[in-house]
Amino acid sequence: MSAILSVDHVGVRFGGLVAIADLHFDVQEGEIVSLIGPNGAGKTTAFNVMTGFLKPSQGEVRFRGTGLAGLPPHAITRLGLARTFQRTSVFPDDTVFDNVMIGLHRQGAAAPRARLLDTLIGRAGAGERRLRARAEALLDWVGLAGRAQEKAGALAYGEQRLVGVALALATEPAMLLLDEPVSGMNASETRVFVRLIRQIRERGVTLLLVEHDMPMVMEVSDRIVVLNYGRLIAEGPPEAIRSDPAVIEAYLGQGSAARRAIAEAQQSAETREAAHA
Amino acid sequence: MDQLIQHLVNTLILGGTYALLGIGLTLIFGIMNVVNFTHGALYTVGAYLMYLAVAALGLNFFLALPVAILGGLVFGAAIERLLLRPFRGADIDTTMLVMIGAGIALQSATLWIFGGVAKAIPSPFPEAPLQIGPVSVSWLRLFVLGSALGLIALTYALINGTKLGLAMRAAFQDADTAALMGVNVRLIDTATFALGSSLAAAAGALLGPVYVVFPQMGGLAELKAFAIVILGGLGNVTGAAIGGFILALAEELGAGYISSGYRDAMGFLIIIAVLLVKPTGLFAKAERIG
Amino acid sequence: MSRLLPFALLAGLVVLPLGLSASPYLLNALITTGILTIGAMSLNLLLGFTGQLSLGHIAFFGIGAYVSALTSLGFDVEVGFGTRVVHEPWPPVVGFLLAILAAGACGWLIGRLSFRVRGAYFVIVTISFAEVVRLVALNWVELTQGPLALTGIPAISLGLPGLGTWTLRTKLQNYYLVLAVGTFCYLVVARLVASRFGRTMRGLKENESLALSVGINATRTLTIATVISAAMAGAAGSLYAHYLRIIDPDVFLFSTTVSMVIMVVAGGKGTLMGPVIGGLIFGLLPVGLRPVMAPEAQWIVYGIVLIVILYVMPRGIVPGLAKLFTRVRPARPVPVLDASPMVPR
Repeated sequence: MSAILSVDHVGVRFGGLVAIADLHFDVQEGEIVSLIGPNGAGKTTAFNVMTGFLKPSQGEVRFRGTGLAGLPPHAITRLGLARTFQRTSVFPDDTVFDNVMIGLHRQGAAAPRARLLDTLIGRAGAGERRLRARAEALLDWVGLAGRAQEKAGALAYGEQRLVGVALALATEPAMLLLDEPVSGMNASETRVFVRLIRQIRERGVTLLLVEHDMPMVMEVSDRIVVLNYGRLIAEGPPEAIRSDPAVIEAYLGQGSAARRAIAEAQQSAETREAAHA
Repeated sequence: MDQLIQHLVNTLILGGTYALLGIGLTLIFGIMNVVNFTHGALYTVGAYLMYLAVAALGLNFFLALPVAILGGLVFGAAIERLLLRPFRGADIDTTMLVMIGAGIALQSATLWIFGGVAKAIPSPFPEAPLQIGPVSVSWLRLFVLGSALGLIALTYALINGTKLGLAMRAAFQDADTAALMGVNVRLIDTATFALGSSLAAAAGALLGPVYVVFPQMGGLAELKAFAIVILGGLGNVTGAAIGGFILALAEELGAGYISSGYRDAMGFLIIIAVLLVKPTGLFAKAERIG
Repeated sequence: MSRLLPFALLAGLVVLPLGLSASPYLLNALITTGILTIGAMSLNLLLGFTGQLSLGHIAFFGIGAYVSALTSLGFDVEVGFGTRVVHEPWPPVVGFLLAILAAGACGWLIGRLSFRVRGAYFVIVTISFAEVVRLVALNWVELTQGPLALTGIPAISLGLPGLGTWTLRTKLQNYYLVLAVGTFCYLVVARLVASRFGRTMRGLKENESLALSVGINATRTLTIATVISAAMAGAAGSLYAHYLRIIDPDVFLFSTTVSMVIMVVAGGKGTLMGPVIGGLIFGLLPVGLRPVMAPEAQWIVYGIVLIVILYVMPRGIVPGLAKLFTRVRPARPVPVLDASPMVPR
């Protein structure tokens, strides 16, 4: 295995505020890794740095050996590193189908130069038909086939997240960053989503998640990276993280919600072990 | 050399009124997030109010000035109440279009009422300019500079030293939080727009007697105000004040040493330069978080 | 039924002059309306489909007019250091093509420059650009005659080598020329917004961060849209110059841009038919208002109408009526007259 993504001593400061002090970790090809930590730990900031939406104040991110410094977001996506967003994950005024078509805008095309010409003289042709078939297949795959003709902005929150995933997958990424993908989903939706994440990995896509849903994180991750106050405080497989005193300490400081998250995580692990036994 | 000094003196005088125009526009943008296309029309309104008061009503020149500024205040408050209030919550493009409609209606109304012929405002100052060495300045222009600087100082005092100013600064930081903290944001909006408009009217009333008054005078003034605001960074008051003087300098030197026909093109060249070098404006604070 | 509207309208416009050949005044109003409507369509490509408001759109129009006029008139100017540039007159059709190229090139320049930042900056850059171009037209007297105007601009001639030429001198001929160019522009916009490129424009407008994250190059997309929009406005400007046969720096008046903005916003920005309907209404309104109102009073009315429309019908007449249609017959889905009519459902 080789590192597909390397976060090399990245720091982010806004004026005097330190959002990320010094973050250093790798993601191996084919892994599912989760980035967790209490609120304000710098998780989303880290995502924004990795995808070019923010410039790091120090350090560098490398994707498949290429340094991402100075690359705009769209160029990073074209290298094969896609992401989803926490809140606004769709093009709200377009149908779900057209959303995916927008995501497919670079796929299966001939030379980009010829494309504009085709457009102007009205040659939609075989390329367009192939794209539509791809869009349908993608929607089917994430389980939104029945919603294809609905306005994306009118979908339930959980379904919008799925549109976001379909959009990101449409860019044919080698690696996908998911920003709180199951927030707003109920238990059964979450279960379906966990299955989807595994299927995405089976397609050969490496995954990095930011997530608050501890049971889900514990269940799906190969490895977990824990951030607190912009610093990496622990890294390892779920079993190790669950009992790591530094992690428990960090979450204890965060009040009851976070404590509950850890408790839930431990509980879910126990039930799973019980089920296995 | 003498010529250069003369240009610098002219820069100071022109820059004062430009700064007034720019501060008014940037306040409205910074606090209300409105691109104000009535700014030029209010500059015209200020000049015509001055003309009406002095030439038509025979009011004392020094009394007419506050009347024109007050008129701008009332006009601005009315525009905010009647036209912007109903569009509260609309996006910046919509309010911009509303302001374009209002601006063109106001300008056409001026043309309709006063006709297209330029008018002169008589000034009480002696014709003979003040001569200091090689430099000559008319008394009227000195008065214009003094008044502009006074009004800028007054605006700063208002923003930094009063309760209203504190609320305005709070709204500038974050309107939602300000509202939560009990600031009456609607009142702040009206006050801001009225204040910005009165500054535009003041600039018109001050420059009206220097040049002539005509209905289209605001169009160019508005363009210059935009250039100043881009130069200083959208929403940055001090930036706009300095930007006003920089634009005046560029115009003076451009007109003096390049070609007087392209004096008014300097604003655009400045915008190009700023966008190439520092798109957020010369005096913008560090990039925003998030 | 609404899907047929463009065809019905086109058919109506084709036969319309047969009814008014006796009225050169009305025909003239229709021609200038048509030219402005092409301008409005080009503005809509930016304002409606990318959300970027070009308030200096008249610059592209005016550049088209001047380039076309100068190409077909010829010029002889001193460009400094004792160098003279002499240009012999070329056929107006070449001027028309050069106008499109020149305006498009200016669009590229403006796009590259101002899309480093968005929104208000783009608005201000375009409006300032228009003012500078006006100042050049006013001050470069040797080239443009300044306020004295360029006169004697030849009418457009169409011709094939060996088949002779056909010069469009009459109003009727110009009417059909404008209608043909307008129809072509409509089709270009329609194809464009339904294409892959159109989808990237929509994506950017609806959710820019998400659009970037799926690999859309914002600067490139917006710049291309500006180039096409500017080129189209340049074509309209060329038609204007060869129809009126005289142009002066007043072609750069801000109020003409405002007219186009009103046409687009009132008709329905981001729809194909919006600028056409808005263009016809506001292009022909002066004809109706002329007997009762002075031009400056008309402009007061336009300003107020713009505000009222933004208040009561913020999406414009065309989507407003389409919505009305749905309410009357809720059972059947109404064919959408908006950005994506080409995508089969």
